[in-house]
This record gives sequence, C-alpha cells and structure tokens, in this order.
Amino acid sequence: MIRQCLIIFGCLALGEVIVWLTGITIPSSIIGMLLLTLLLHLKAVKLEWVQGMSGFLISNMGFFFVPPGVALMLYLDLIQAELMPIVVATVVSTVLVLIVTGWTHQIFKHHGNSAE
Amino acid sequence: MEILQNNLILLALTFGIFYGARQFQKWTGWIILNPILVTIIVLIGLLQLTGIDYATYQQAGGYIEFWLKPAIVALGVPLYQNLAQIRRQFLPIFLSQLAGCLIGIISVVLIAQWMGASRETIISLSPKSVTTPIAMEVCQALGGIPSLTAAIVVSVGLFGAVFGFKVLEVWHIKNPYSQGLSIGTASHAVGTSRAMEKGATYGAYASLGLILNGVLTALLAPLILKFMGI
Repeated sequence: MIRQCLIIFGCLALGEVIVWLTGITIPSSIIGMLLLTLLLHLKAVKLEWVQGMSGFLISNMGFFFVPPGVALMLYLDLIQAELMPIVVATVVSTVLVLIVTGWTHQIFKHHGNSAE
Repeated sequence: MEILQNNLILLALTFGIFYGARQFQKWTGWIILNPILVTIIVLIGLLQLTGIDYATYQQAGGYIEFWLKPAIVALGVPLYQNLAQIRRQFLPIFLSQLAGCLIGIISVVLIAQWMGASRETIISLSPKSVTTPIAMEVCQALGGIPSLTAAIVVSVGLFGAVFGFKVLEVWHIKNPYSQGLSIGTASHAVGTSRAMEKGATYGAYASLGLILNGVLTALLAPLILKFMGI
C-alpha cells in the first residue's frame, strides 16, 4: 500500500517539480501519468506494484468529480445567459469529433493494411 | 440545519447519493441517468434547499476532489498496457487522434465565439471532449471556469454514450476499432463505459481514445487557443 502510494504520488510530485521548473501549462498530473508509463516501460516499476491502487482510482474516477461538478451552482446565472452558444457549440463539435476521428482512422487503417 | 454543515455528514451524504444513483441506474438501465450527473443535480438541489453555501460543502468535497490528480496518474497503467497495440497501429491511431483533437477544440471555440460566448466560457468549453480531471486542469491552467468545464464534459459524455454509435453508423463508420476509438476520443469515460457494454474490442479502443485525446488536448489546447487569439 505504501509502495503503491509512493509510486503514484511520487510521479505526481515529480510532475509538479517539472511544471515549477519549466513553467509549462501542461497539468502536473498528465506529466505524472506519462512518467508512470515510462517507468513501467523501463521496468523500473513493476506492474503488480501499482495495479491495485491504479485499478481502484480508475474505476472510481467518476465519483471524484462530483464535488467540482457541484461548484456549478455558483455559475447557474452564467450558464443561463449563454445557454445557446454552450449547447450548440458542444453538440456540433462532438458530432464533428466522432465523424472526423472515425473517418481518419478508417481511411489510414485501410491504407496501412494494403501496404503490408 | 447546523448539523448538516458537518464535514463527515456531507461526505457520507455524497457517498450515499452516488450509491443510490448508481443503483437506480442499474435498476432502470437508462444510460441518461448517469450517476455522476444525478448526484451533482441532487446535491445542488439539497444544498440550495438547506441554504448551505458551496464553500461549506467544498470543505468536505475537497477530500473527494483531491483524488482526481492521482487518478489521472493511474491512467498511465492502461496506457502502458496498450503501448504494444499503439505502436503496431501507430499511424492510423495517431493521425485520427490528432484530427479529432484539433477539430474538437477548433470547432467548439469557433462556434461559441460566433454565437457570442464570453472569453471565460470559450476557454471552459475548449477541452470538452476529454475526461473531466484532465479537462478541468487544462481549463484551470488557461484561466477558464473548471466547474463549468466539469458540467459540460459530463454532458458531452452523456451525449456520446447515448447518440455516438448512431452518429457513426449514419456516417458509414462501421469498423469496430474506428467506432471504439471515436467514442473514446469524443466522449471520454462515459462514452467508454457504453463502448465496454458493446464489447471488449470497442472498449479497449475507446479507452485508447480517451487517454490519447486527453494527453493531446493537454499538450495542444494551450497552443491552439493562443494561435486562435483567445
């Protein structure tokens, strides 16, 4: 348990240090995630050392964003005022992402296969 | 109602409502009754009814929210487990992720701007396709309103889970790999859970899309917004 926490929070802390040193606008948690992937890939960290805790965190991820969602009660006025731009932009853009991602993958997957 | 302001009671209440919402979704089988969304709505109603302000609730909620960052780090495990597959299909996966990420950010910003949304709202909308913890961090780093992002992200996820596969079929995207990848790219964890129901292949590719678009958006959103003059 302690080792699992050390690895996960260690990666997160290193991410914080990297953000602090370089001043980049990438979240420390993303850097931590990439560090963990790298450590696993280099076999510096064994998969079974983190599997328990990472499984717990990932399967409950949805629950962790309830409190920030509740903060929405502070912005009900803003959402009401800009409801149309928010809804239209979100729906149209989401449909575009679905289509563009799917098409691109389908086209290039086909090309890759015929090249082989 | 003084006693309700106790941290431990508010925490227990949050766990209780989420548990109830999840059971209710299992019982009805309706994907639209997403337990995250239901819990947020019930809690807001309850707080407004009892007159407890957000700052008081956040003293308890902070203990839960704290685990978001470690949870993102934990995504490194499935990313590592999928590395071999990513490398085998590197070009199609990378290009489709890049295209999806770019179109997702640029289109939402352009439409919102065109319809007269404020700068804060536009920033908060920009990371809408990626999983909430990442989206909120991106939004915060850029100066948006993270909780507005959280609410939009959950709504996008619900939209993708309910209509995603229909949209893909209408547009002749029929290959299971492409379908899974698109669902994960466009509608993150909520869409991924729907893809998992459809089958393991759909689910694996959806989680790939969820992770890769999360990383790409975190890396590219600041640059794209700067380039677009936001």
